[in-house]
Formats: sequence, C-alpha cells, structure tokens
Amino acid sequence: MKLQDFIQPELVKNIINELRFYKDTATFMEVCGSHTMAIGHWGLRKLIPENIHLISGPGCPVCVTPSTVVDALIDLKDVTIATFGDLIRVPGSKQTLEQARAAGANIKTVYSPMEALDLAQREETVFVGIGFETTIPGIAYTIIEASRQRQYNFSVLPLLKLIPPALHALLSDSEVKINGLILPGHVSVIIGTKAYQFVSDKYGISGVVTGFEPLDIVLGIKLLIGRLHDPGIINEYSRIVSSDGNTVAQTAISEVFTTGNAIWRGLGNIPDSGLDIRPEYDQFDALKKYNITISEEAENTACGCSNVLKGKIKPLDCPLFARLCTPDNPIGPCMVSSEGSCAAYYKYER
Amino acid sequence: MCLAIPGQIVKKINNNTGLVDLGSVTKEVSLVFLPDIEIGDWIIIHTGFALEKISEKDALETIELLHSAYSKGRIE
Amino acid sequence: MLLITNMKDDKITLGHGSGAALTRSLIHDVFVERFGLKQLDDAACIDNKLTFTTDAYVINPLFFPGGDIGKLSVTGTVNDLCMSGSEPMYVAASFIIEEGFSIEQLKVIADSMQKAAIEAGVKIIAGDTKVVERGKCDGIFITTTGIGILNDSPPLKAENIKVGDKIVVNGSLGDHTVAIINVRQNLGLNPPPESDCAPLNEIIKILLKTKKLVFARDATRGGVATILNEIYTDSGLGIIIDETSVPVKESTSALCGLLGLDPLYMANEGKFVAVVSDLDDNSLQKLQAHKYGNAASVIGIVTNEVQGVYLRTAIGSLRPLPMLASDPLPRIC
Repeated sequence: MKLQDFIQPELVKNIINELRFYKDTATFMEVCGSHTMAIGHWGLRKLIPENIHLISGPGCPVCVTPSTVVDALIDLKDVTIATFGDLIRVPGSKQTLEQARAAGANIKTVYSPMEALDLAQREETVFVGIGFETTIPGIAYTIIEASRQRQYNFSVLPLLKLIPPALHALLSDSEVKINGLILPGHVSVIIGTKAYQFVSDKYGISGVVTGFEPLDIVLGIKLLIGRLHDPGIINEYSRIVSSDGNTVAQTAISEVFTTGNAIWRGLGNIPDSGLDIRPEYDQFDALKKYNITISEEAENTACGCSNVLKGKIKPLDCPLFARLCTPDNPIGPCMVSSEGSCAAYYKYER
Repeated sequence: MCLAIPGQIVKKINNNTGLVDLGSVTKEVSLVFLPDIEIGDWIIIHTGFALEKISEKDALETIELLHSAYSKGRIE
Repeated sequence: MLLITNMKDDKITLGHGSGAALTRSLIHDVFVERFGLKQLDDAACIDNKLTFTTDAYVINPLFFPGGDIGKLSVTGTVNDLCMSGSEPMYVAASFIIEEGFSIEQLKVIADSMQKAAIEAGVKIIAGDTKVVERGKCDGIFITTTGIGILNDSPPLKAENIKVGDKIVVNGSLGDHTVAIINVRQNLGLNPPPESDCAPLNEIIKILLKTKKLVFARDATRGGVATILNEIYTDSGLGIIIDETSVPVKESTSALCGLLGLDPLYMANEGKFVAVVSDLDDNSLQKLQAHKYGNAASVIGIVTNEVQGVYLRTAIGSLRPLPMLASDPLPRIC
C-alpha cells in the first residue's frame, strides 16, 4: 500500500468532473494549515469548479500564537531554547529566534520534543510547546518521561491549543458563512471523529475528516456536497482515523494537562481552548519556572489576518498581501508561518 | 495540521521504541501510544512518535470504492 | 529586478546567504554596480579564453556522509567552472581556521581536497592560511578560487534558450540537504543518507558533445527551482516542470515528508540543470551510465505558455514554482 494509491490522476479528474454536477455555490473551510498547503501543492483550488469555494481556517499553530512569545523566549537568560523549525523565523518586536541565534543566543531546532529532553541532560532547556492535538501527546509523554527521570533541567513553555473549541468560536460567529468543514486529518487521529459531533448537531453543517493526498481531498469535497442538506460527520480518512481516536494518547494528555483559556492571535480569547500544565508537573512548566507572562499582540490595524483566519476574506483581499506583507517581511500571523493561509497563497495561488 | 508520514515497523527495540522503515531508510520511533503494535504493521509518525496504525483493509476499501464509483467518469 | 529587502533593519540576515532571492538582491544592491559587473554567471569569462570563479565553504557539519568541507570546496569550484563549458585547470585554496581546531582533522580535510582534485583533473597550486580566535569561525572556513580554459564550444548563455528547449538534470534532487539535515537535526535515519557531492566536469562533456547544450548551471543552494527561476529571469521564457519526471530518492521523500520540505528547493552538490535544444536517447543513456548520472532525466520544457516557472503536478494541475525569499524551513506542522 503506497501513498501513490491516493494520488491517481484519472480518479481525481473523474471526481472533480462529478463536482461539476453541483450547480449552486458552496463554501467549505479547510480548518487545517496542512490541508491548505496540500491543496496548494496539488493545485486543487484552481481545478475544482468555481462555484465551490475553499477558504482557509485557523489551523496553523504558529499563526495563532502571539509573536510576543518570541520576545519572551529571547529574554530568557542562560537557557537553551529548543523549538520546532516552524517558529524560527517568526518576528518578535525586535528579532526572530533565528536572528537571536545568529547573535549568539542558545537556540536549537528539534524535530521531536524528546530531543529537547536529551539536551536537558547537558544544559537547562526550555522546549517551546506549540501545536494542536497531533503534537500534544508527544509533548505530554516527554513531560511524563522528564518527571520519571527527575530531569529538572527540562521545562516546556505550554502554548498548545485545541481545535474543537476554536471551531465552536468560528461557527458561532454570525459573520462566518460556511457550508461545511474539511476537518484536520491528523488531529482527528488523536481525538476521533466523535469530537466533532457538535458541528452537525449544534451548527447544522457537515464536516468530513480527510487525508492529505489529492484523492482524499477531492473525495472529501464530494462527500460534503452530498451532505449539504443532511448534516453529519463523515470519516474519509478511515484508514487511520476512528470514532474514538487514540485513547492512549488522550490519557497521556489528560495526565499532564488541564484545559484553560488561550489567546488565539487574530481570534482573541477562546475559553477552554488551551492547555495548562497540571500542578503535579509544575517543575516542568516554564511559565512558572521563569515567571513568564505572554502578553497579547498589538496588531497592525491594516492587517487582515483576523478576517482571513475566520475565513471572512481571502488572503488576496487583504490590502497588505504581497505588497507590504510578504513571507520575507511578514506583518501578520497568516504570513509568518510557512503553513499560514497567506504564506500558502503567496506561494501557490497568485 | 501536522505533517505525519507512513512507515512500516520492522523492529521493536523495546516496548517503547521501534524501528520504522520510511522507504529505503529506517528511523527510531516511539511506540508509547500504540501498545499493541506489531512488526510488519504500518503506522504514521509525527515528531518522532507513532500516532496510529494504518489499516490496510480500510485503505484498500477506500480505493476500491473510489474505483468502482469513479473510474469510468460520468458524461454530462 | 525585484529587490526584496528586509524592511525591518539594514543588517545581513541568514536569509541573505541562502542562495535564493535575498542573496540575489544583496548581490545586486551592494556589489554589482560598484564592481561594474555586467553579467552574473557561475564563472566569469575573461577574453573568451579563461573562466574564473570563487566560492566560500562554511558548511556545518564539516564531515558528513558522502563528503566533507574539503571535498565540497574543490568540487564546488570545479562545478562552477565547468558549467560555463570550460575545462577546470587550477584551484587556489584559502583557509580560515579556528584556534583549537584539530590538526588531524585538517589533514583529513586536505586529503579530501587532493582526492577531489585528482578526480576532477585539477591541481591545487596556491593557498593561504589564517587562524582566528576561538569562537570566531565554525571550525574552518575554506574559500577556493578556480581557473579554467574555455573550449571551442560556443559560450553557454541564457539568451540562447528557445521555446521547446528541454530541461535536464543528472539525477535525484535534494540528496545533499538530506544528508546534512539528518546529521544536524540528529534524525537518526539509517543508513545515513549521503551527499551527492561530485565533480561534474566529465559528465557535462556528454552534453557538450551533442552540440545541443544551450545553458547549464549547477544546482546548489536554493535547489533546482531557484536555478529555473534565474533562467526564467535571464531568458524571459517560461518553464514547465513535470512532477512525475523529477527524480527523487525514497529516503529524500521520507525526510521531506517528515519536515515539510520540497526537493526542488533543496541544495545539491553534484547536480546540474541543463537546457538543451534536444536530447537523443543515446546521449540520455550515456548520462545515465555515468557514475554521476544515474537517474538523469528530462524534467521539463521551455515554453511561452506560461510566464514564470511552473510545475505540472502528478494530478495534472499546474502550479507556480516561484523563487523563494530564502531557504525553506523544516517544519512539523
């Protein structure tokens, strides 16, 4: 079984042709940044019929993290900062982490949080915990392991966020007009399709959990069209997503974290959408260890990101897009991450 | 969100760690979230953790369904 | 020339060294006019007789599967020279060495350089060494300067590129970047992927002999996509690359999948992008039979159907393959 099985140009073309039988307008939101990138990578936005609009949602963890985090990290003295590569070029008020590293700060990119725990064997290390439910279990496990090892050199800056509360916030905004959701494939591996039942029950629209190959995505759109008048949650990604999700991973998450408020850059405060480290794991909580407060961002008033993140406008509609705001000189969060809607549009959709 | 790629478990190093074949290269991966995983199983991996087993059965079913529904294409 | 500058401050950033748009704009902004340069190529051409080039090697790690900074410093300069259709002859090497660096390691590096020089048929005939205080450089920096003799073939110029010309690469893309990232990021891929570091002066002759070679450049930092965008800028003609024809090793695909990278933008050290008016089967086979041409492929075509560089994806859609501002980041999301 290969990924190739889910690429198949003929099948993809045929499904897209099927979409042409639908004559009304439909607007679907792909929640997840990786879906935005996949759609861009495969050139799908231009292939699907024009009456079906795909808009990008807030599922880009770097995009929705205030860049004041970067300032807070750079201000930490005598610690090694370990971070995923995603964060390294996000501008703080003065510098990016990459620039701070070039100026001598001890900042390392890691692929896995466990590498940060390894670094802590030698030096005091703060791991920047950014991500959604796909990434959270690994970070939870790393904290459990740090506790088991009594590795008090190690701590995590918890900036983790949860998708379902963000969907609640989006769908209860009366200005947001969406006919269906393309739900994040890998977050769903962890939380299961049942976590989205409220989307159809409470908000009366369908959601389809899809994979990231072209066949997955176009099939997902076809399934959404089919369920426009019969809301429900559909699992296209059944080869790895189940109704219950991964309960072992869920247990690790609740062992280490409780839900709390979180500020989503561009969306504001969303209740119970963030994770706090439980008191039992206090010693691994960098917020407490270093007395860090992350202040809210003061955004450029011309920046259209909050409307882009909610799907109210497309990146191309923002007055700053590709003029003052570019991947090299990002003004708002959507351009900052290489997975952000504006960055994806800049690369693929112009 | 979140890049995860498929691979096949080729070795279990201990209960918590395995070796996954990503296609011509192997890599160590944490198996802590998949206690029942076995050698030969396909999994997806993200940030060094195996997150779920890939059901070959479900994958094949999806493909077969797609072929039977869409391989001939519909003419308007 | 679109100048992309970092509007926040006027300092050099790591992006300026990435080989992509920021590098080009830095060169144009600071050096081109001041030095009175008319044209930028991999090597300068003197009186239609000699070619001349220089390059600095600041790679970290110094040693990696498939090579080391020494091998890189010789093959890189050899490749810059031979891409202009000249025969590389002599190399000078200048070393900036950090206080405390191991002399044993220095000998290993020097051995690699000589071995690479012998393979490429060049002689290292001049050099310089400087030592800087601990912390002032990453172990060792090497700058090599090379000189070559132009052969009788007409000069290879982007202006001569025409609609219908084909784009050829001599093998799988992104291998060097994969080798480096695997080591730097401790990814633990096994077997450790190897850099494709190799001299291209012999293999390029296969294309020179066809008399159909129009232009060539080695695809180092910024990858093949960056070279293609440079070709577009210099020739004014569009390019469409066929995704299914681009050779990529499985191990490279795996790492790209893990980190969200694209082989078309990743650095190589033994790959060229060649534009040919035609490539007969016999010549393609000769390329593929060469030690450094396994998986050589025609990957695209020059066209006036598009303005810019585009990719025809495996599902038949067309999407842009733009010049990036700087190196793509590894990401997990």
